[in-house]
Amino acid sequence: MSPVDTLSPSAPSMPSATTMPSAASMSAPADSSDRLAALEARLTALEDHPSQSTEDRVAMVVFSGDLDKAIAAFIIATGAAAMGMEVSMFFTFWGLNAVKKQKVFAGKNVIEQGFTAMLPGGLGQTGLSQMNYFGAGAKIMRRLMKQHDVSSPEELFGLAQELGVRMVVCDMSRELLGVTDAELIDGLETGGVATFLGDAARAKVTLFI
Amino acid sequence: MSTHFDATLDVKGAKCPMPLVKSRKAIGDLPVGHVLQVIATDRGSIADFQGWATTAKNIRLVAQETTAEGGQDLYVHYLERTA
Repeated sequence: MSPVDTLSPSAPSMPSATTMPSAASMSAPADSSDRLAALEARLTALEDHPSQSTEDRVAMVVFSGDLDKAIAAFIIATGAAAMGMEVSMFFTFWGLNAVKKQKVFAGKNVIEQGFTAMLPGGLGQTGLSQMNYFGAGAKIMRRLMKQHDVSSPEELFGLAQELGVRMVVCDMSRELLGVTDAELIDGLETGGVATFLGDAARAKVTLFI
Repeated sequence: MSTHFDATLDVKGAKCPMPLVKSRKAIGDLPVGHVLQVIATDRGSIADFQGWATTAKNIRLVAQETTAEGGQDLYVHYLERTA
């Protein structure tokens, strides 16, 4: 019984809210039925438009380009999508590493070529945020995930796309880092801060990874 | 005591988030009112399915039980598609 009670923190406040009008109805029953009808109408209106306030959405900023953090982001995204929640992922700055498919040097200036050379050309080339040891850590982590039957980061990404996760690439950081559209995985959206905030304002869960 | 179910899904060996993802797909293929039995070895699936049932509007967690088979614990979940 007790776990059920702890699961619903809002439950204790409910009786007091409903007893208030009924206490008033003792003195004026006709008035209370009007108020009840007004409340019912309001409740129906709210139920008809739940998205005006919040919706079952997770909005994530994927800022870091580390393999371990990308794995966490994709696990949360696929899990939430499987639970029936809407999911938005916004890839910005180093987070672009997670949605690249290749490196392209042609048509870039020296600085952009430098960035392209220094940064990973995709999820497969990203390292761990800790204990990476020049890529050995990432290799070991991938081997461990395989041994433990955990889906690979690439599988998780594919699954997220399949489950309809909205993926938006920040156009400002894409330009700053000199990343071209040809370097990015196909089928991603382009957007800016308002794209994220538009989804985040309605989301129940927001994360910065 | 046995719980009635209409279809079964074996996700033994699958790790988070795959039991959830596969169950989601499987229950989508069932008609409303049918119950899906999910057999998992992932211990986290107990809390995961409870969390899913409280969040989703179209799922009801009918029952959960833990059994053992060949020295390994099995976590069996029964989910009803309600919408």
